[in-house]
Amino acid sequence: MADIYAYITHTGGVAGDSSLEMVNTAKKIDAGAAVTAIVTGSGADVDKVADEAAASYAKVLKFNTDALAYPNAEVVRKLLINVLPKNAIILIPHDTFGMDLSPGLSIKLDSAFVADVVGIEEVDGTSMKVIRQEYSGMVSTHVTVDISNGAVVNVRPGAFIPDESKSVGGTVEDKSGDAGDLSVNRTFLELVEAEVGDVDITKEDVLVSVGRGIEDEDNLEIADDLAKAMGAVVSCSRPIVDAKWLEKSRQVGTSGQTVKPKVYLACGISGSFQHMGGIKGAPFIVAINKNVKAPIFQVAEVGIEADILDFLPELTEAIEGL
Amino acid sequence: MEILVCVKRVPDTAENEIEVNGDGSDIERDDLVYSVNEWDNYAVEEAIQICEKVGGSVTVVTVGDDESEEVLRREMAMGADNGLLLCDEAFEGIDGKQTATLLKAAVAKGKYDLILTGAQADGGAGQVGGMLAAMLDVPYASLVNTIDVDGDKLKVGREIEGGNQEMNDISMPCVLSIQTGINEPRYVGIRGIRKVASVEIPELSASDLGVDLGDAKVKRQDYFVPEIGEGAEMLEGSSEEIIAKLIELLKVKGGLK
Ligand SMILES: Cc1cc2nc3c(=O)[nH]c(=O)nc-3n(C[C@H](O)[C@H](O)[C@H](O)COP(=O)(O)OP(=O)(O)OC[C@H]3O[C@@H](n4cnc5c(N)ncnc54)[C@H](O)[C@@H]3O)c2cc1C
Ligand SMILES: Nc1ncnc2c1ncn2[C@@H]1O[C@H](COP(=O)(O)O)[C@@H](O)[C@H]1O
Repeated sequence: MADIYAYITHTGGVAGDSSLEMVNTAKKIDAGAAVTAIVTGSGADVDKVADEAAASYAKVLKFNTDALAYPNAEVVRKLLINVLPKNAIILIPHDTFGMDLSPGLSIKLDSAFVADVVGIEEVDGTSMKVIRQEYSGMVSTHVTVDISNGAVVNVRPGAFIPDESKSVGGTVEDKSGDAGDLSVNRTFLELVEAEVGDVDITKEDVLVSVGRGIEDEDNLEIADDLAKAMGAVVSCSRPIVDAKWLEKSRQVGTSGQTVKPKVYLACGISGSFQHMGGIKGAPFIVAINKNVKAPIFQVAEVGIEADILDFLPELTEAIEGL
Repeated sequence: MEILVCVKRVPDTAENEIEVNGDGSDIERDDLVYSVNEWDNYAVEEAIQICEKVGGSVTVVTVGDDESEEVLRREMAMGADNGLLLCDEAFEGIDGKQTATLLKAAVAKGKYDLILTGAQADGGAGQVGGMLAAMLDVPYASLVNTIDVDGDKLKVGREIEGGNQEMNDISMPCVLSIQTGINEPRYVGIRGIRKVASVEIPELSASDLGVDLGDAKVKRQDYFVPEIGEGAEMLEGSSEEIIAKLIELLKVKGGLK
């Protein structure tokens, strides 16, 4: 079996949640593997994260240089090409950084690439069978990956249970001297923070959230009316913001806000992982959707098969009559 | 500026219920409504807007079958100048790397300053753009939601977690994958489609492109619908009954103030 590596993302000197999840991903590939973590960056944060990773990984390779101060995927890709052995299996979180880094990495390593893996079924010789989803999570698939030349495996955040044991007691090796040439043709300039909107949906207890099922900008009124009756606030999925019907600050999801309400009414939202990734704190989720097969019904507590354009006004009227 | 935009014809998930067929070998394809991949439509709009500002032309390319021509025509009706159809029986069941290999061969037949893809397509992989960039040895930026042309460089914003934006300088030629919301794609009416109905769209086969695809490293075995947890408790009955039950639950859970 090829050596397994895990790329550890981090912010503010703390490893991302995926670092503990990928411990279990690796175990599914090879239960007895001694997995190597790779930590890149610059300054004291890197040392902290490398030590943190050593609690869960047998070996940690640390790369601490100025060129890695911001995780520019073009630079990190070059580093990994310089330092990874042939045939390596490398696990990377399938987030906006992993999406930037990994496809090109697999080409340069001449290994297989598989994106957004949610499960590992088995490894049989040089064939690895994984589970993915297609069509915004409406169907799942088994996919075989030829790992004879290694593989770049992008792992969906949250799909594997984190291994909290932190009992490996691994070693940290400072490999900064081996980083090699890291010059690239894309330069990181700055981070621009998301604009703050008129309401802060992250502080609300009750959200009436609308998705593409609302069909038309004018129909937003029925969501507003319901929210008013319930004493709630309207939030939404991404297509509503893309269409400029609501402000970006109302968007729930990985590229929007992370909300922690008590009650979440998902109206005409299919339940993609990027949307659900923005809902924390295990709220009481009610899904209202006209398609009983929508993935949202797998994660909601209560489901209602209905056309929201009819159902929401009826619900509003009933609540107003209480 | 010469811009190539990679587009894919996909089942429209907003219009269809995607279901697994009887033996799990495919999804139910009967009566499926197809359209251009949502992300690609934003990419084409962006390319058109760039050319409107700085001059140049937009070519749309797809790897697909005969029916894929319709999405090329749609994007040409939007304002793309040329279409290019890569089409061969041998392309059935190819993986992302093989798709990128074909696109690379098509890129070699032209001279492009900028190549755009969508951030992801129906398979949710988001892989073809990054692979193509690596094969071409040019820089790549994914999830781009702003582009400013600055001489032979671009200033691009990448949308990252939390809706924050990562600004980058990137030299051309390069490949960018486009995130939804970067612009407001223009409406395409029947009239626009008619205008381009008889425009010739060149078609290239595997041998025209001169590529040896080899074997796919990544192969889909089946489709299935997973059993995840308990699933939601579905409220049944007349809508009055459902609403009464829901209101009781909302009261208990703190959903009514
Ligand atoms: C990098 C990246 C980041 C992303 N970040 C986010 C994010 O932060 N937040 C986010 O939401 N998405 C995000 N997305 C997009 C995500 O992948 C989905 O495309 C999106 O969440 C789909 O939104 P939706 O559920 O409203 O639309 P759809 O998936 O189109 O679902 C619409 C649903 O409405 C139902 N429906 C239609 N009409 C009616 C009706 N009249 N009554 C009842 N039901 C109806 C349909 O059955 C369907 O289930 C991101 C994507 C990428 C690639
Ligand atoms: N068959 C194809 N033909 C042309 N472009 C494609 C094809 N498949 C994928 N792409 C491009 O690659 C992007 C990402 O798709 P994917 O990697 O399949 O998620 C799409 O948005 C398209 O721009």
